[in-house]
Amino acid sequence: MPEAAAFQGFSWNPITDLHELFAYPFMVNALAAGTIVAVMAGVTGWFMVLRRQTFAGHTLSVIAFPGAAAASLAGLPLAVGYFGFCGLGALALAGIAGTRRSLSAESAAIGSLQALALALGFLFVSLYHGVLNSLDSLLFGTFLGVTTDQVVVLLVVAIAAVGLVAIAARPLFFASVDADVAHAAGVPVRALGFGFLLVLGLAVAETSQITGALLVFALLVTPAATAHRLTARPVPGVILSVALALAVTWLGLALAFFSIYPVGFYVTSLSFGLYVLVRVGRGLRRRRQASARLALEAA
Amino acid sequence: MSVTAASPTVAGAKQDIAIAFADAAVRLGGRTIWSRVSLTVDQADFVAVLGPNGSGKSTLIKAILGLLPLAGGSASILGRPPGAAKGQIGYLPQRHGFDSATRIRGVDLVHLGLDGARWGIPLPGTQVRKRDAARVDEVIELVGASAYAERPIGVLSGGEQQRLLIAQALVRRPQLLLLDEPLDSLDLPNQASVASLIRQICEEEHVAVLLVAHDVNPIVGYLDRVIYLAGGGALEGAPEQVITSATLSRLYGAPIEVLHTSDGRLVVVGEPDAPFVHGDRHA
Repeated sequence: MPEAAAFQGFSWNPITDLHELFAYPFMVNALAAGTIVAVMAGVTGWFMVLRRQTFAGHTLSVIAFPGAAAASLAGLPLAVGYFGFCGLGALALAGIAGTRRSLSAESAAIGSLQALALALGFLFVSLYHGVLNSLDSLLFGTFLGVTTDQVVVLLVVAIAAVGLVAIAARPLFFASVDADVAHAAGVPVRALGFGFLLVLGLAVAETSQITGALLVFALLVTPAATAHRLTARPVPGVILSVALALAVTWLGLALAFFSIYPVGFYVTSLSFGLYVLVRVGRGLRRRRQASARLALEAA
Repeated sequence: MSVTAASPTVAGAKQDIAIAFADAAVRLGGRTIWSRVSLTVDQADFVAVLGPNGSGKSTLIKAILGLLPLAGGSASILGRPPGAAKGQIGYLPQRHGFDSATRIRGVDLVHLGLDGARWGIPLPGTQVRKRDAARVDEVIELVGASAYAERPIGVLSGGEQQRLLIAQALVRRPQLLLLDEPLDSLDLPNQASVASLIRQICEEEHVAVLLVAHDVNPIVGYLDRVIYLAGGGALEGAPEQVITSATLSRLYGAPIEVLHTSDGRLVVVGEPDAPFVHGDRHA
């Protein structure tokens, strides 16, 4: 049992601890998978927050749950379920967005889809007659038992997705901040919106495999939202988003290795803590600037 | 038309006529917005598009851009069919400004006007990047937005946002600038100062500017010509020729009175509402 081997606590000697961390192949695979997922989530998450599509992203992550449950039920690899369902979910979301109804009608439709996805997930779990003991890890993630083959799949998908976002970076940025002007300038706004949802589906499917379906936000939204708070510049923003996702993933994996609590908890709490810290910090700074201005005007 | 085989319409080529409509008509959702519209806009002219709500002002802009097909007649934009000269047209759509949550710097927005349609990742430090950055700085300077271009656009005032958006539309050195109600959200002094900026741009950059406006008064002193849309048709000419009781009465087919107030303002009295307006002022 790797958990038993892992649970030895800190030695408080960083070199021994790091050595310990890399001594187990499952841990090396987990770190590799976490790194790949964090880079991909950092990049796509930054655009998702920019496009205000976090609700769509959340729905895709909920769709990942019945995907994984259906794959378990059918005896297929979990990745098949994650990628298959998230891909279909992205198509459905693109269809909803494509009907160009009002924003409230769109979010209502997305919400309905989300509820259906959760219900399907529970159906598949109960069809499995309760012996699906990995329900926890489907919902909340696991870093144990990531195989080298899985790492390769994650890497290939991540390279494809990040590559697509990189090629489309400027038109996608343009379409996200100013769709009308971008359209008039010849940017294929609707095709980009559709393509981005598909890439987002891939990113969610990947992230789900580490953080679980319910905690995808920890890597996809929180680091990106923090980066948007910290800088309005696009290139440093994306880099910061990736760096924050990497930091919380590595720290979360290391903490989970040395303790009995699940990795999803650590990754989520770390990114949430960072986000709160940045918000409070920015708020304090703004207040200080405002009072300095007031003092200046009074003087 | 001034375009012949001897002067091919390559990028940067100058035509004398920016926009020419001949007997043009546009239908939208089964109803004719306007028809029998013939007008000419010369290069480097500053033209206001006026008319009551629903008379088809934004529709005219979309027809020029080639986003809406003509239902009749013909149009030539910079010597080419509508939609063919996209790269040489700067466009600023009707909008309600960026909300305060928009974390995009003005300078990045202007930069998108230059390279936002290009694919791939630009390598930093190349000649193209440096030239682009220099052009962005130049055009931000031109509209007088240097002081706040580095700040997120959401925290800027309406007038500051408009100046940056005009810079974005100008950055590719267009020969034609289409501005859809850029003055809408501005107070009167700001409307006049943006209009004076546009006048200056027309002359310095040799661009024809079409500006959709609600109220002609704050800008009338800066205009070369007006296009007045009403009653399913359009008239084009110098402001003092078009905005008269006789001309507008003929256009509307109903008695219209244009009054000159003591402070020099024009007031149009008796404008009927455009027919079949279903609360859609963007038509």
